[in-house]
Amino acid sequence: MADTNVEPRRAEETGVPDPFPYMHPVLKKNYGNWKWHDRLRPGVLHHVSHDNEEVWTVRAGTQRQMDVHTIRKLCDIADMRAEGHVRFTTRSNIEFMVSKEDMVAPLIEALEAEGFPIGGTGNSVSMISHTQGWLHCDIPGTDASGVVKSLMDDLHQEFVTEEMPNRVRITTSCCQINCGGQGDIAVNVQYTKPPVIDHDAVANVCERPAVVARCPVAAIRPALVNGKPSLEVDEQKCICCGACYAPCPPMQINSEESTKIAIWVGGKHSNARSKPTFHKLAIAGLPNNPPHWPEVGEVVKKILYVYKDHGRDWERLGEWIERIGWPRFFELADIPFTRFHIDDFRGARESLNASAHIHF
Amino acid sequence: MTKKKHATPLLDELQGGKWPSFVDGLKRLADDEDKQYSGMMNDLLGQLEHSYETKLGYWKGGTVSVFGYGGGVVPRFSQVAEDYPESSEFHTLRIQPPAGLHYNTDLLRKICDIWEEHGSGLIALHGQSGDIMFQGCSTEKVQPAFDDLNEIGLDMGGAGPALRTSMSCVGHARCEQSCYDEIRAHRTIINAFLDEMHRPALPYKFKFKFSGCANDCVNAIHRADFAVIGTWRDDMKVDQDEVKKYVDQAGRKYTIDNVIARCPTNALSLNDDDTLEVDNPSCVRCMHCLNVMNKALSPGDDKGVTLLIGGKRSLKIGDQMGTVVVPFLKLESDEDFEKLEEMSENVIDFFAENALEHERIGETIDRIGLTNFLDGIGVEIDPNMVNHPRTNSYVDTSKWDQEAEKWFERQDEDSSQTAAE
Repeated sequence: MADTNVEPRRAEETGVPDPFPYMHPVLKKNYGNWKWHDRLRPGVLHHVSHDNEEVWTVRAGTQRQMDVHTIRKLCDIADMRAEGHVRFTTRSNIEFMVSKEDMVAPLIEALEAEGFPIGGTGNSVSMISHTQGWLHCDIPGTDASGVVKSLMDDLHQEFVTEEMPNRVRITTSCCQINCGGQGDIAVNVQYTKPPVIDHDAVANVCERPAVVARCPVAAIRPALVNGKPSLEVDEQKCICCGACYAPCPPMQINSEESTKIAIWVGGKHSNARSKPTFHKLAIAGLPNNPPHWPEVGEVVKKILYVYKDHGRDWERLGEWIERIGWPRFFELADIPFTRFHIDDFRGARESLNASAHIHF
Repeated sequence: MTKKKHATPLLDELQGGKWPSFVDGLKRLADDEDKQYSGMMNDLLGQLEHSYETKLGYWKGGTVSVFGYGGGVVPRFSQVAEDYPESSEFHTLRIQPPAGLHYNTDLLRKICDIWEEHGSGLIALHGQSGDIMFQGCSTEKVQPAFDDLNEIGLDMGGAGPALRTSMSCVGHARCEQSCYDEIRAHRTIINAFLDEMHRPALPYKFKFKFSGCANDCVNAIHRADFAVIGTWRDDMKVDQDEVKKYVDQAGRKYTIDNVIARCPTNALSLNDDDTLEVDNPSCVRCMHCLNVMNKALSPGDDKGVTLLIGGKRSLKIGDQMGTVVVPFLKLESDEDFEKLEEMSENVIDFFAENALEHERIGETIDRIGLTNFLDGIGVEIDPNMVNHPRTNSYVDTSKWDQEAEKWFERQDEDSSQTAAE
């Protein structure tokens, strides 16, 4: 037993670490002084500073959830074939910076030999943004790592090439909170039934007023069930969003059959050309089918390749749909348009077509 | 003695394939028989396989933290611990990475060594909020793991109703579009409010994100309660020789279709001699033409940031984007950074005092209206805050003259300030 009289170590409250001690020297030296860049090939960036200094960056995909052996392998490559400095992108790609162009090819060779794909730049499909899922989340409807792995196995070719009309950002989320964020294509859990309540557990586990307050449509109310304080759900009102499940795990929202996958399209973070947009529902009702989620993969690829064939240069997926219109999108993607595509949540009327602009 | 490994036929299908496999990594850790985490990772694989069979998750939260802090550890206790006892506690430590996600191999090797000693050997680089996620730690090992990470200069990130770990784009370090020192802004703001991160006492989470330009590579407008986006307010820079080279190479039709016609405010025109004419007052700094004609076009010299407040994900009123609260804040001098810090403090204070429990600042603004929020944080209204003025006449305008006077006073102040500069 540890000696309980010894006070634990008090933390050095240092906050965000200063990155300069870790930064590649050419980046440090030219900080705030970059002039332009180009791409020598997919996955390789070349930046030139106002003082004509140059740096080459090789970008490689990773599995994000990495064992220490994988990280050490990447370190070995960085030490032997690069200059010991790396950084990560927001989409879990690793970037190796080198100060000489002739280091690029051997670095790529070393990464590819260890199975790390080179790409994710320009008009490619970059690594899918990735949540926690069954591996670590307390409220997941599906896995994240497995969905991402399955999709990226399928989309590998689009990661290592730059053949899309514009960049494609795919996201995944394991519940309707949508931690994965907005994407050109978003693969998200969609619940299809109200929570099933374990009335024996509610009183001990849940702070009932907080759960009542969490419901977006006021469908939950306190109730006495079998003599115990519990909660009940007005299933006519319930929109099956799962918001109550996090503060009250006895309100199980998932089940083997009812937890489905929906795919959304047209989200965009960048302000380039059009303002940022949210993704919109393309299809729901896809099965949650581990370990490969083949039905999801089929629809993602269908949407992706229709976009690849029909999108014009620089059009993001949502901008392409804006041009061709939603009727044509549903036709090309071979997806049914249903009553569920028409928004009925707050602000919904803003999404209706108040004009005589009709696509034929 | 070799322990019996859980059979994982479903997960095994995710080995191989062209993309690096997380299952390979999990299995390597479970196979490290001489390491303390081997048993934990074997049972973790067993539980994950069980999830793949039943399509259900088996983790529940709880309370775990380190001495002196209230947040940053994401506790996970298994609900099926009787079958998978060694991974019954599988907590995550959220640790803040160096701003801009820069590492050298020495730092990465050190964190691997620490996590090999105290944790599961599994590290996510990085979580959606930008943390290094050290996944898989028993309750008793949380403190020693954090102590060692803290000794090498790393500090806890955010979790729960608190200031969260932030992200900044690569920016100044390797991008010609960068309009401010993202690393300085990121560190200045987050390090000024560490108490709000380490001792959660806010109504709900609060996120800052820092993007150097409107390409918004860290998705700040969508994802951050407080988005800091680089911009400039003088004219963009045009190298006409490079424009001509671009047109020569890409073709006139391509240039017109993909640069000129794609300008969202029709601010561009291609001259007969293949030089570019820019109507700068119409330009909204969207970045498209700078992205396409990267060598020819650059941001102007009078750089700063636009601040947008209120971005969030679906819970509970639907996804919301941040909207403009400060159209332009110069961000160069020490005083400029102090102003940004002051603005951040005002917003955090307002949030702490006025948001309901479990309400994000965007929802608060939705509830009380933008003008009340602006009054609360001491910011004057500006037409850049709206897509268009109101279309609904149901508003009491009896104080029109006083409000109009304020506008004219501000206009006078602005012009005298500009004259002083």
